[in-house]
Amino acid sequence: MSTTTTRDATRPAPAKVSKTKPRRGMGGSTFNFWLFTGPFLIGLVIFVYIPIGWSAWLSFFEARYTVTPDKFIGFDNYKLMLTNGDFTKSLVTFTVFAAIIVPVTWALSLGLALMVHRLRFMKAFFRSVFFLPTACSFVAASLIWKMSIFSGVRFGMMNTVLGWFGVENIAWLANPNPPWYWLVIVTVRLWLQAGFYMILFLAALQNIPPELYEAAAIDGAKPGWQTFRYITLPQLRATSTAVILLLLVAAYQAFDEFFNLLSKTTWGRPPLVELYYTALGDDQDYGAGSAGAVILTLLICMVTMLQGRFLGFGRGDGSK
Amino acid sequence: MSALSNSNWDRRSVLRAAAGLAALGPLAACGGNTGREGGGSSGKGLVQYFHAYGEAGTQEAIKRYAKAYDEARVTTQWITGNNFESKLFSALLTDNAPDVFEFHPQLQMIKSGQVAPLDDIIAPVKDDFNPADIKSHTVDGKVYGVRMIDDPQFFYYRKSVLEKAGVGVPQTLEELAEAAEKLTTDKVKGLFLGNNMVSTNYALVWAAGADQLNDKNEIAYHTDDVAAALKVYRKMFTSGHLLLDAPADYWDPSALVQGLTAIQWCGMWAMPVMQKALGDDLGIFPFPSAASGAKPAVYNGGWSMFVNAKGKNVDLAKEYVKWLWIDQKKYQEDWALSYGFHIPPRTSIAESATKLKSGLPAEGVKLFTDYGRFDNISWTQAMITALEEVIANSVRKGMDPEKALDAADKKVNLELKKLFG
Repeated sequence: MSTTTTRDATRPAPAKVSKTKPRRGMGGSTFNFWLFTGPFLIGLVIFVYIPIGWSAWLSFFEARYTVTPDKFIGFDNYKLMLTNGDFTKSLVTFTVFAAIIVPVTWALSLGLALMVHRLRFMKAFFRSVFFLPTACSFVAASLIWKMSIFSGVRFGMMNTVLGWFGVENIAWLANPNPPWYWLVIVTVRLWLQAGFYMILFLAALQNIPPELYEAAAIDGAKPGWQTFRYITLPQLRATSTAVILLLLVAAYQAFDEFFNLLSKTTWGRPPLVELYYTALGDDQDYGAGSAGAVILTLLICMVTMLQGRFLGFGRGDGSK
Repeated sequence: MSALSNSNWDRRSVLRAAAGLAALGPLAACGGNTGREGGGSSGKGLVQYFHAYGEAGTQEAIKRYAKAYDEARVTTQWITGNNFESKLFSALLTDNAPDVFEFHPQLQMIKSGQVAPLDDIIAPVKDDFNPADIKSHTVDGKVYGVRMIDDPQFFYYRKSVLEKAGVGVPQTLEELAEAAEKLTTDKVKGLFLGNNMVSTNYALVWAAGADQLNDKNEIAYHTDDVAAALKVYRKMFTSGHLLLDAPADYWDPSALVQGLTAIQWCGMWAMPVMQKALGDDLGIFPFPSAASGAKPAVYNGGWSMFVNAKGKNVDLAKEYVKWLWIDQKKYQEDWALSYGFHIPPRTSIAESATKLKSGLPAEGVKLFTDYGRFDNISWTQAMITALEEVIANSVRKGMDPEKALDAADKKVNLELKKLFG
């Protein structure tokens, strides 16, 4: 049925415009908007924006054992954080961590997505299996890794397996040389987050038009690596960029597994752990901790913008 | 109501708004559990913080004592995990800070006005407390905190295992290292100093004839003997004879009880569990001498009750502390002896404690008396960490002990300057 021929005939009469003046006060949609977003907005202000502002303010004060200081010290806290070595060392730790975890998680989640995408049976089951670890907390997973899988005693799971091959027990977390602790930290995070990024890649894979593969096949492209290299991977560029950005931000925020797996160490402290110890753990120096938080925030913003510039995050499809 | 409608405060929208607010009610309630609701017969409430003790029955005991207090409703926060300090420190900055809390005597808390002096409640019984406990809680003649328990820490060992290996009780740090080597088999490690090896750092310094700080509150731990002792520690760490990365740390008796190690550093609190599991096949000895002429060492840890000086009910909190930790001797004895073994800091209670009069507990009390060293109130959290980092850097990471001690000196001196100018 053509709609164009009947449209005029069926068009309803224009609604009668009310001649009464609009009532004062909030309109219905405005009221509903504030009703539903208001509480969250208040929460955002109270729990995010005020603390950020307060932290920036604290960073210019001598704030030991107090968050309401009165001694202004200018940029001394910034100087302290950038010169005491521990905070800058934590940035190196982060760089090592990010250099391992970002590409490995990217590759693993993409690999899982490709595998699950091509499955012809039990697809939902395998998606769930790989995604489920996302629901586990970092603290719980870290404790399982520490006390069960990578325990240094003879009945730790990894040591048991290594024992079958005659390898002596390894103290995975106590000994920094060789740095086996990276294996523990990286594997726990991989297990926890690979499933989430797999879902993102799955969604992107499902959006690739099958006609592209058909056309490629007609043009003689071999299925497998050639198709993946020249069709799948370029089509996943936007998702890959987003995944890498999310992974990098998540790496900056790494705390739980480092805190729970490495206690009383001077190594393996990413920035958030270092700031935690500065502000809460030992020193109770909220001024220095806040200065470190401001430095870290600026650094994250800078890296994110640079990454966006180089990888093209946010550009439209036409700019690919 | 249509989103395009001009009408707003009609009956249906009011009902929806009410329903929305009602839905938010439970959420508000979730965030409102400060532990201050209700009250005792007087309607007043107090909050107390305790770290989670490992001994079974302790949490119930503390809650039972609190419930027996008639003047206020006392709510207990039993804090699990290893972040008791962090939670306490952050809570003390807020309006939801505990009124009373357990901790160790530390000068920075007094200097920053976080804890109240308790002379008025302690004065009548001051002479009944272990003088060392009173000294470790005193600043400028005022006493801060009431000691609840003394916890000597020493080495436990399996007598039969040492006998079988022909190993005597180590008298020096070198002998301890040799014993660890001889006792190590493919199934059992010779020695457990804790997973990160920091639990013995005080004892190591004392046994090397040094101290954390001297009487003038200057660094006293940085000596040649301490550096030499750290090298022995490093040798032990790299030898493969130490138990590392055990599922439970030094404070838990399981490493010795489960046969993972022949010798373990632990506290007297674990003695009942160890005796139950191992019977008479259990001995104890202090941290052996680590330098020529230096005495062995026992760290007398423990916990004290403090009153938050910035709390809303300081007087009531002091009354509660007086009631529980000064007047109620039956609870103090129960707390010290019914779960793990602790030494009561009150002489009158310690003297009547029959459980500590014979056998291994009596040996523990003797080590406490002969070699026990107490907390130095000027040795604060930041300094504790600085010394722990010496262990991390020089023992576990292989840094030259002198360099590791130099690094600690910088941090400790910075802290000392802040505290004493």
